[in-house]
Amino acid sequence: MNGFGVIRGLAVTFRHFIETYLEDIRAGRKRYHTPEGIAQRTSSKVTGAFTIQYPEEKMPVPEEFRYIPFLVYDEGENGAKDYRCTSCGICAKVCPPQCIWIVRTNDPVTGKPIPAPAEFYIDVDICMNCGLCAEYCPFDAIKMDHDYEIASFDRFKEHIYNKEKLGKSAAYYASIRPTNNAREVAAREAKAAKKAAV
Amino acid sequence: MTEQTQTTYTPDLAARFPEWVTPDSRPGFSGYLVQREHLLDFCKTLRDDLGYDLLSSVTGVDYLPEGKLEVVYHALQTVGGPMLVFKVQVPRDEAVVPSVVSIWPGAEFQEREAWDLLGIRFEGHPDLRRILMWEGFEGHPLRKDWKEPYFEEEVKPYKSRWPDGQVERIEDRMPLQDNVQYPAGFDPESWTPDGDESLYRGLRKLLEDSGSELKTDRLIVNLGPQHPSTHGVFRMVAVLDGETIVDLKPVMGYLHRNHEKIGERCSWLQNMPFTDRLDYISSMSNNFGYALAVEKLMGITPPERAEYIRVIMAELTRIISHLISIGFLLNDLGAFFTPVLYAFEERELILDIFEAVSGSRMMCNYFRFGGVARDFPEGTLEKLRELIYERLPRKIDELDRYLTRNEIVQTRCEGVGVITAEQAISLSTTGPILRASGVPYDIRRADPYSIYDRFEFDVAVRYHGDVYDRYLLRLDEIRQSIRILKQALKDIPEGPVISGKPQWQVRVPAGESYGRVEGPKGELGFYVVSNGKANPWRYHVRAPSFINLTALAPMARGGKIADVVVILGSIDIVLGEVDR
Repeated sequence: MNGFGVIRGLAVTFRHFIETYLEDIRAGRKRYHTPEGIAQRTSSKVTGAFTIQYPEEKMPVPEEFRYIPFLVYDEGENGAKDYRCTSCGICAKVCPPQCIWIVRTNDPVTGKPIPAPAEFYIDVDICMNCGLCAEYCPFDAIKMDHDYEIASFDRFKEHIYNKEKLGKSAAYYASIRPTNNAREVAAREAKAAKKAAV
Repeated sequence: MTEQTQTTYTPDLAARFPEWVTPDSRPGFSGYLVQREHLLDFCKTLRDDLGYDLLSSVTGVDYLPEGKLEVVYHALQTVGGPMLVFKVQVPRDEAVVPSVVSIWPGAEFQEREAWDLLGIRFEGHPDLRRILMWEGFEGHPLRKDWKEPYFEEEVKPYKSRWPDGQVERIEDRMPLQDNVQYPAGFDPESWTPDGDESLYRGLRKLLEDSGSELKTDRLIVNLGPQHPSTHGVFRMVAVLDGETIVDLKPVMGYLHRNHEKIGERCSWLQNMPFTDRLDYISSMSNNFGYALAVEKLMGITPPERAEYIRVIMAELTRIISHLISIGFLLNDLGAFFTPVLYAFEERELILDIFEAVSGSRMMCNYFRFGGVARDFPEGTLEKLRELIYERLPRKIDELDRYLTRNEIVQTRCEGVGVITAEQAISLSTTGPILRASGVPYDIRRADPYSIYDRFEFDVAVRYHGDVYDRYLLRLDEIRQSIRILKQALKDIPEGPVISGKPQWQVRVPAGESYGRVEGPKGELGFYVVSNGKANPWRYHVRAPSFINLTALAPMARGGKIADVVVILGSIDIVLGEVDR
């Protein structure tokens, strides 16, 4: 019968429409603005419309999610920032759009390089968030962030991040990537133990 | 429907045609070097006697130190089997090669591209204009002695970044310095662009002979570049007789960024995230092709688990791409966004998995040479199983019920934009376009790569070659992908995901290789040439959506103008890949 196909299609649309309301009634107030509501709407069990109402509610990002890199520092005494970076330059060399600039520290007396960066810049307008710097850093010193809301008013000055702005604590890193951090800590301890044994 | 892979016999062409060809004996290279004078005879023999009916790729390489330009052809037999590579070498200052468009019409755009980017003149080409760069552009950017504005160094990494990297934005340092090239005698003050004079001149011929008894006026109409139906910035110049398309010329290059030049500046690994940005809907598939090409050169194979992960990712990508394609086809038909969003729901769930695995929803950058970047995080396989075994099959059936028998879809799609199997082959189309015209050519079966020979699946094929069949074929392919995914999820072993230690600098021996995968849009090929250094000497992408566009004009001719929009939707282009 002509027109039957259209009607059948409309039935599908109608079902989607109804399901959204059924879902609302079934889940009650929990469906919106709660972690379990968001988890339900991002699972494969979901029916009906499953929009996340950004920015009132946000999708939790998975551990591997990557955005602009940051430099990890261990907190020393009196809040001293002990950057893990040794300015070996691997991140600057592997960076596909070449958005990392590093100035190496030189010993003022001998002139020999010291394993710490004097300055460290990332142009976040150029950064393509590929994560290669974090992947190939041998010192776990540069990692990809989870904070994706970095809009600002001035793109010329504020979008070149310096060492201060890039620095984030090891505790922060452990909080956003617990599994990765645990694995890396274990690897470092194993290496140290091996060194001590020799 | 299962097609058997035929092992085809490749004769020793050098012994057969000693006056025409010699084997390419450079270390790491293969195929044949053809004499320029005998190219057309050789190609005709290949097509008519030896069955190489589809010319897959035409490109050029600039061997600056030897003072030579080389045109590289890849031809294949649609019954399956490996590719045949043959090359023509010409001196750089006299780069003229006979055009093979008369033998394989599908070479049209690719020869134009080689002329545009490398300055190889194809004698006998019907319409040899620039295709990606604008008319009036000076120079041929892929030649090795051409330098872009803001040129810093030949290859990355740049020395200014480390160990003394005082940050300075490139536009501050070099505001259009002396490496911007102008034509001789060019004065920017007095220059007025001539528009697309050469393009219109070609079409104006058609305005004159209307051929009808009634006195009608034909007119030239531009669709695009800013047009909601063109899926990006793409333009079609159509000659109309009333509502009927007399002829049509696609115009592209608005999104051109010279991906291949960037690729030659970048190191091998640095190219990986750039491949994501080609066809940004199916980045995993792009990674796959590039990784295959480089791995072939390096002579490494990924471990078992990595192979399975790759196949899973590639098939999920195919599902995403086909879902989007079906959704947007309906948009082009006028069903504004409801079908697209239904398709997007499923895509979102797959993208969630991509994000959890690779760190990014679309720009995945997940493959590495010899494996993948990292293993699946915990819980991924369970999530995948829920999706693949329960949700997706149900949702695909729903989409099928929703659209397939819809009378409006049927009237608008059936018999529209038809190309026959012969046309599809001669126009070098691949992927869904070719298979919807009745040619069961799927690289996963015809020339299996990775571990596709282990899976049981059918090569989807439809026979009418119209828009409706292309839509149905994509639905079929999603179902086949789900079938492959079920097998892969069942068999995936434990183990390492990368062979050897992850390296940021890879050693790639000198030579050439062509890695190709059956991407969602067609044959996605990467032709790379290495000279043993840290960067590729040549990096070429055989972009399926770009080459499939060759078939747009033959499909549209004689149809109505409203159908052009639908036909373009059914070809399924992504401008990031078309313009590169």
